[in-house]
Amino acid sequence: MSDVEEAVTRVHHAEWARVVAALTRRFGDLDIAEEAAAEAFATAVERWPADGVPANPAAWLTTTANRKAIDRIRRESKRQDKHRQALLVYDADPPEPLGAIDDDRLRLIFTCCHPALAPQTRVALTLRLVAGLTVAEIARAFLVPENTLGQRITRAKAKIKAARIPYRAPSAEDLPARVSGVLAVLFLVFNEGYLATGADTDPVRHDLTAEAIRLTRLIRGLLPADGEVAGLLALMLLTEARRSARVSAGGELVTLAEQDRGAWDTDLIAEGHRLVRERLATGEAPGRYQILAAINAVHTSARDVRETDWSQVVALYDRLVRLDPSPIVALNRAIAVGELDGPDVALAAVDRLGGALAGYHAYHATRADLLRRVGRGEEARSAYDSAIALAGNTAETAYLTRRRDQLGQRTGGTDEFGRRTGSTPA
Amino acid sequence: MQYLVSVIDDKSNPGSTDREPAIRAFNERLIAGGHWVFAGGLADTDAATVVDNRGEQAVFSDGPFVESKEYLAGLWVWEAPDLDVALKLATEASKACDRKIEVRPFR
Repeated sequence: MSDVEEAVTRVHHAEWARVVAALTRRFGDLDIAEEAAAEAFATAVERWPADGVPANPAAWLTTTANRKAIDRIRRESKRQDKHRQALLVYDADPPEPLGAIDDDRLRLIFTCCHPALAPQTRVALTLRLVAGLTVAEIARAFLVPENTLGQRITRAKAKIKAARIPYRAPSAEDLPARVSGVLAVLFLVFNEGYLATGADTDPVRHDLTAEAIRLTRLIRGLLPADGEVAGLLALMLLTEARRSARVSAGGELVTLAEQDRGAWDTDLIAEGHRLVRERLATGEAPGRYQILAAINAVHTSARDVRETDWSQVVALYDRLVRLDPSPIVALNRAIAVGELDGPDVALAAVDRLGGALAGYHAYHATRADLLRRVGRGEEARSAYDSAIALAGNTAETAYLTRRRDQLGQRTGGTDEFGRRTGSTPA
Repeated sequence: MQYLVSVIDDKSNPGSTDREPAIRAFNERLIAGGHWVFAGGLADTDAATVVDNRGEQAVFSDGPFVESKEYLAGLWVWEAPDLDVALKLATEASKACDRKIEVRPFR
């Protein structure tokens, strides 16, 4: 990549959301803002190689985008009255908790993640308008045809305009619920990257995990006192730190117990641990993401899987169950219990979840592993079959298939290196 | 900005019938807040008649234009500055009516 291309990419990452947000505020129209920002960046790609990168690229882009937006409004002057009627409601006085951080990007994020939009739409809008991904990139990431995704974004912008979804940060009273809506969108993007589904996709989509982390950092910068924002960022960093160890050279999932811990990213782990410690120091009751981050902090603190403090992991899951009594949390807790109290105890707990989780591949994969460890080979085989049939990730399918095919060869709970194998989440 | 606010009932799982006092109190809050434009409860869908005069002769048919389990039981027209305000009111309205509420902007 040339220096200029690198500069454009860097400025695009750093400034896209700011340019779109400023334009939305000025023109009260997401459509105009998006198009003008895209045109301004296209102009930069065209001009900067010859003219050089301007001294203040952000200012250059905002000025250029403003000019593009005004051009478009002039071109459509007949429709101008209509535009004026449909202006987004912009509140110049943000509610008090945000007073110090009156940032247009926050308004943009809350608008894109508005609860009146469908969850899939929130994801698409956030990736387009806040992260600056192209429609083609988002369509590829979520395996939908480009025109389907384009229509979804167009419809969403039309609804925002017609129904008057405001361009505003929520009131103090609504803030926690709305922030948790934003975090849910970011977590969805991250998870889709971390455990990508689809037969023809890479098992880990680094573009999506990186984008989710970048956006969460942005929100963290805007809402530094929010514990759950810090928790989600820590959770993502501690998960991302294990990325390169998580899929083998042969494209197979490597479980947490079997990962080469030397390949983990120590910088990301250090940053994640710092965030978890920072949250613990506040003494505030942790939310879901903070607890999940703490669980991942325990895992990433152990240099060897045998050093894992499983009683601490189980204690954290106990806290999580109190906040979120869902069967998926119960399943993950059971896996940790299996490491602490043995596979028999875990299997009994997992079997109780069969009704709720019969369609969930991780339930069958966990059961298969526990059945294998207690020596019930035939039942393990059929559980592996169910897991394979339901798993959507290529690396996971490869791992489960090998496990199943090894069943006849040896029984008991150790792998070829004599280590006890677990089904702990990777 | 005006919104049509539809109260949706379900024939197989109707809302409770003792909602009058709660709705009256809610209407008073709407008026006090400057949101109230219009409100009305509707008779049963059996009382509806559909008229189609697009052809040569007007055709009258008995019953609603679409038979469905869910139906419009009543409606409001509200004045609200934006959807957040309308949705907040609709959240209260759903409790007051013990029914689902659809919020739809006028063009």
